[in-house]
Amino acid sequence: MNINATLIGQAIAFAIFVWFCMKYVWPPLLDAIEARQKKIADGLTQAERAGKDLELAQAKAAEKLKEAKAQAAEIIDQANKRRTQIVEEAKNEAEIERSKIVAQGEAEVEAERNRAREELRQQVAVLAIAGAEKIIKRTIDKEANSDIIDKLVAEL
Amino acid sequence: MSGQGEALTSSSYIQHHLTNLTWSVDGGWNAHDAGFWTFHVDSLLVAVGLGVLFLWLFRSVAKHSTVGVPGKLQCFIEMVIDFVDENVKDTFHGKNALIAPLALTIFVWVFLMNLMDLVPVDLLPHAAQAIGVPYLKVVPTTDLNVTLGMSLSVFALIIYYTVKVKGFGGFVKELTMQPFNHWAFIPVNFLLESVTLLAKPVSLGLRLFGNLYAGELIFILIALLGYWQLPLYFPWAVFHILIIVLQAFIFMMLTIVYMSMAHEDH
Repeated sequence: MNINATLIGQAIAFAIFVWFCMKYVWPPLLDAIEARQKKIADGLTQAERAGKDLELAQAKAAEKLKEAKAQAAEIIDQANKRRTQIVEEAKNEAEIERSKIVAQGEAEVEAERNRAREELRQQVAVLAIAGAEKIIKRTIDKEANSDIIDKLVAEL
Repeated sequence: MSGQGEALTSSSYIQHHLTNLTWSVDGGWNAHDAGFWTFHVDSLLVAVGLGVLFLWLFRSVAKHSTVGVPGKLQCFIEMVIDFVDENVKDTFHGKNALIAPLALTIFVWVFLMNLMDLVPVDLLPHAAQAIGVPYLKVVPTTDLNVTLGMSLSVFALIIYYTVKVKGFGGFVKELTMQPFNHWAFIPVNFLLESVTLLAKPVSLGLRLFGNLYAGELIFILIALLGYWQLPLYFPWAVFHILIIVLQAFIFMMLTIVYMSMAHEDH
């Protein structure tokens, strides 16, 4: 075991290895580690923020939902009111129409009756005149008169 | 196991396991006493191979690294990176792009070199002998040259950054005006401080070497026990896992501390 040139060889190899390590090995590896550390830290803060955002959004959504529910209830209420209103209106209208139709019908019937009566009256008048004429004739012919009166009676 | 037909004895077995495959400028392969310009080919090859493995693995992950959901391998690599980065940030408060990669390289590389200790002691030397390589010492950190090579590099960085941050005057002042801030104590201060300074790389290198060398030696001794090695090998290996990681961590941590001391005033 003696000191010899192996020492120099080892020192040279050592220097070259350290140089290579400093140039090509250490920087990229440490950069990668540090970049990843930064990325993870960023990711964590982002996740935290996202959690907060989510909480906020959930609260907002709940509020919106409540609002919507209230609105829906209101709309349904209004609709119900409107429905009863419409039904009421329709009923009233129908009532009015009915009474109108009924009144018209009654008026028509009245008119018809009046007309018929008038006609009847005219006919009775005519018949009375005709009967009177025949009676007058019979006074001359009694026999014939009674005959006519019989006939008239039958006609009536 | 003995090479070249020697009789197999305990001491030769151990001796063989502790011998490096060498190549020297003067004497060629495995020459005795070949002087300073000798290379421990096995230590260097294994060390460089493990370093390349480390950098290839980390580089391939770095190339495909994604900021999004990481794969399992990327997760593991990032755990290592994060561990080192945290230790650096806890200890080193200045701004220097070199410290963290330096710490990462030291930690993973030393760990991988230590890890070779858990490979059964005979496995790779036997395999090497089968293809005609007489010696193979597979744990680079049991080679004093390797650990001192690294610790002296760290030492050079300590001096470089001390001078760069505090100026040459500051460096000299640090050596001479502490701990007793008086001109008369300059020699004493210098003696104390230079010992402190020199103890840094020496202790750094020797600590790692000593721990791993002792561990490897105990593995070799256990391997000598015949069938008794089976119940002994496992607990020592389990215990050694701790040492392997701990020594890599200590080397890294002390480097960071030394660097931080070089950057800061007392």
